[in-house]
Amino acid sequence: MALPDRPAASSIGTLVPGAVLALALPWLLQALQMDFYLSVASRVVVYAIAATSLNLVLGYGGMVSLGHAAFVGLGSYVTGILLAEGVTGFGVHLVATVAITALMALVIGAISLRTRGVYFIMITLAFAQMLFYLANSVKGYGGDEGLTLRARSLLPFGIDLKNGIAFYYVALCVLAAALFALARFVPSRLGRAVLAGRDDEVRAEALGFATFRYKLAIFVAAGALAGIAGALSVNLQGYVSPNALHWTQSGTLLVMVILGGVGSVWGGLAGALVLLLLQEVLAAYTQYWEFWTGWVLLAVVLFARRGLAGLLFDLRTRLAAR
Amino acid sequence: MNPLLDVRGLHKRFGGVVATDRVDLQLFAGEIHALIGPNGAGKTTLVSQLAGQLPSDGGRIVFDGHDITHLVAHERARRGLVRSFQVTRLFKSFSVLENIALALQAVAGSSLRAWRPVRAETALFEQSRAMLATLGLAAKEHLFVAQLAHGEQRLLEVGIALASGPRLLLLDEPMAGMGPQESGAMEQLIATLRARCTVLLIEHDVDAVFRLADRVGVLVNGRIIASGSPAQVRSDPNVVAAYLGEAAQA
Repeated sequence: MALPDRPAASSIGTLVPGAVLALALPWLLQALQMDFYLSVASRVVVYAIAATSLNLVLGYGGMVSLGHAAFVGLGSYVTGILLAEGVTGFGVHLVATVAITALMALVIGAISLRTRGVYFIMITLAFAQMLFYLANSVKGYGGDEGLTLRARSLLPFGIDLKNGIAFYYVALCVLAAALFALARFVPSRLGRAVLAGRDDEVRAEALGFATFRYKLAIFVAAGALAGIAGALSVNLQGYVSPNALHWTQSGTLLVMVILGGVGSVWGGLAGALVLLLLQEVLAAYTQYWEFWTGWVLLAVVLFARRGLAGLLFDLRTRLAAR
Repeated sequence: MNPLLDVRGLHKRFGGVVATDRVDLQLFAGEIHALIGPNGAGKTTLVSQLAGQLPSDGGRIVFDGHDITHLVAHERARRGLVRSFQVTRLFKSFSVLENIALALQAVAGSSLRAWRPVRAETALFEQSRAMLATLGLAAKEHLFVAQLAHGEQRLLEVGIALASGPRLLLLDEPMAGMGPQESGAMEQLIATLRARCTVLLIEHDVDAVFRLADRVGVLVNGRIIASGSPAQVRSDPNVVAAYLGEAAQA
């Protein structure tokens, strides 16, 4: 976490093969007759978007939010309800989702960001639980049983998100755009100001930074991005229930960010990838997969403080130095 | 001539303790005004009230003709009232050069730009390098602040406050924890500030204060008990009894 993000020339060396693999994955899986894993890959991508949005708040803003899943769940509900009402255009879904989750993040952020530390954790948790109970009480849209959908969002040119491959590519595009925007944000004026506030808020204020405004800006952006992840998630599963907003979901996202690398552009993706694959692999052998995942998390926290993305970065630097 | 900073009846209580007791203080443009006093006299509290980290319980602060009593810290900084800290507060994720660039960015006030990399702003870094040269830290620009020696950190601490081009600089014990050689460099730096801005200097090193300051105030128990030229203050019997005598013994 101590090093500012700098684009290293060698990062192209990891980026290109990674991108090629991600793009070729549907064909690869088909060739290997492992089509089933495409939905796992899609889940990784959706979680990666959500975890990346949390990393913006946690890793760059220095705000430990325990209510981030509420924005994901809210996005799922907005898109799910529109689908249930027969509105199928993905563009409409995105605009509505972003507008509502951003507005909700603005309200929650404007109140929560007046607190610090443990109080911030508790107040974001409280808001998330309020939305959780609200979702439980909307009887018209499934209540506590959740909302099951037949239809999926439709894109122009007849692209239907019901199609697994189409979904995968759309989600991948969103993730790529989010990562690109994050990589642009970090060295920008806003990114620098936000990081300065994370390092020392009192000093940043004393120099003239309106830290509250910048924190609120990224809290809203992160809320909207989480909402988009939710809009994708409901399309992937065809289902959304209040559990999507539960604080344990926020916990899962936190684990992903910590595992992947707090304050690293690739942290959200790395964390989602590793945690979901661990889950997939371990669950095949033992029902106590969470126990073993816990050990991995422990090892990362103890031995790789900057997460898996940081570990990769260190390895690459060491190899390059050789 | 109107004072640049006009403080009237400034007051601060922590529970039953009066930390700042109806302080009046005028600073005039271009002067170095020192504030001395024993530990616990309320010097840092006063600086925090002036810079906006602590709200005041009473009194008025007028800066450059505007009442700033109710402005928050970053609004005061943007108007040109900037402080440094007694305990070094630097941005640890940033290089020495970037610390200065941050200070320049902070007052420029265009920090909602989220797309263009700051690195591309050559003017910002030109200016930052010039500042580092003034501080004598030009050779250290790529280091992280944790890699600097204590004295260098203290110079940067003052440097980032100075970089934003303040009209009034509040220096809270800039020489804290410095060896004789290091404090010599700091004293030289402060002496050059007269040409750049007005300075309120809080300092324990009484000898340095008397060499640097145009006027000296003495704060004891939250109250200014004497104020005047260094020579006047040095010979004031109240000051000798309350502070200088004790300092001489220590």
